Amino acid sequence: MRKLSIEERLGTTKFSVDEGMPHIVLDKSICASCKTKACVKACPAGLYQVQGDAVSFDFAGCLECGTCRVVCLPKGLKWEYPRGTFGVEFRYG
Amino acid sequence: MSEERFDAIVVGAGPAGSVAAYCMAKAGLEVLLIERGDAPGAKNMTGGRLYGHSLHKILPNFWEEAPVERKVTRETVTFMTGETAVSLDVKSEKWNETPSFTVLRSEFDAWLASKAEEAGAMLAAGVKVDELIMENGKVIGVRCDEDEMLANVVIAADGVNSLLAQKAGIRGELLAKHVAVGAKEVIELPTEVIENRFNLTGDTGAAQLFVGECTRGLQGGGFIYTNKNTVSLGLVITAEEFAHTEHRLIDLIEEFKMHPAIQPLIEGGKVVEYSGHLVPEGGLSMMPPLVNDGLLIVGDAAGLVLNTGYMVRGMDLAIASGEAAAKAVIAAKVKEDYSKQGLASYQTDLESSFVLQDLKTYAKAPSFMENKRIFGHYPFFVEEMMVNLFKVNKAPAKPIMKETWSTIKRYGGLMQLAKDAWKGVSAL
Repeated sequence: MRKLSIEERLGTTKFSVDEGMPHIVLDKSICASCKTKACVKACPAGLYQVQGDAVSFDFAGCLECGTCRVVCLPKGLKWEYPRGTFGVEFRYG
Repeated sequence: MSEERFDAIVVGAGPAGSVAAYCMAKAGLEVLLIERGDAPGAKNMTGGRLYGHSLHKILPNFWEEAPVERKVTRETVTFMTGETAVSLDVKSEKWNETPSFTVLRSEFDAWLASKAEEAGAMLAAGVKVDELIMENGKVIGVRCDEDEMLANVVIAADGVNSLLAQKAGIRGELLAKHVAVGAKEVIELPTEVIENRFNLTGDTGAAQLFVGECTRGLQGGGFIYTNKNTVSLGLVITAEEFAHTEHRLIDLIEEFKMHPAIQPLIEGGKVVEYSGHLVPEGGLSMMPPLVNDGLLIVGDAAGLVLNTGYMVRGMDLAIASGEAAAKAVIAAKVKEDYSKQGLASYQTDLESSFVLQDLKTYAKAPSFMENKRIFGHYPFFVEEMMVNLFKVNKAPAKPIMKETWSTIKRYGGLMQLAKDAWKGVSAL
């Protein structure tokens, strides 16, 4: 069995993305000045990526665990669960 | 505003919430169970294993009807380095009196919520609760978008993030040192392949925990649980660790799969789902006030998880907390007192039961686990001892005592080892 990329892994999970309604919103200026960027390493969906000083983020593929919310010490993000019926839908769990 | 006023609104149809709703509905209370997922279980995941005792008390022999996967008859704890795995492996039928089961939550939680519905609770799925409605410091209901729903008591079973209690100012922010982040792959394999590889027959199952190289010495560990025709494999690492490492969780789990001790177990398997979750591991030090005016907090939201390193428990505590919360609401209805005093039996019930007693017994476990030597040092110590024990080459053999002594010296000496062992024994 080979290693799978995070995209391949997330491809096995069912999502109903709430297009245009991100449930996590970053404050780009706070992210740019953050040296730790723990979100990049801790997010189990690998949705945070370093781009120079900045952090890019895509809310589609979010597993709704809340890890980024907890590891973000500079409080650079607003975090909510997606609206009812939207977001991840585990078929196994 | 709805004119109806429920006896209780339960937010979250996980094990704690559904059991609370079931017990209250069975006692004749008007109960609304709200779940933000399309169906109960859709947002929930576990490693995972359910210790059956607390649900058995409420629904005797529930496993005969519930969608459980396998009954665990084999427990393994493995110290792991890059090339070596040293295991303590126990197979026994003696756990049969109080069995534990591997479970997949999508199906299991849907079943448990259906029991609450059968008992008379009203289920509203696909509805996200935005906040608690407060009046003079007392919780009187919940707001979902434009809708307000009122109740004498709200039970927050909204999971580890517990945004409801936080928004209401009842608890502070979660701390990264108090939670661990888990990632899991569900890997499909034919039933007979799973049974052969894990030495199982019929409905029996295996649970295996790993310490060491799988987390690159970070505080945490790996797990494998056998289901009927899937294997649940994953890692759980304390969230705070990611502030001081360059390792990414998404890479570590794939490297774990490639370990020579793991690869043969999952070879030929197909990943059918990937998931992630936070685990409250801070124990008593992260516990919010469980009883408030018009509000009880249960399950993960209350931080009811025990991780001793060789055993991880959450759902059995969640279920017992749901039952205790239900009892408190039923008693409060008789007195028509839903204040903190009126609901106080929830706290005392948990204190006299295994839930808070076990959390007290293992209260030192979280700080013991912060000892870096457990995850980065001792796996190598164990490897050296065991590899030397079984090694045969042309070099003349050394007496075991001498060999062991030199290994102990190299890994910090007897005093350090004895101190850590003592801390371990007194924390667990």
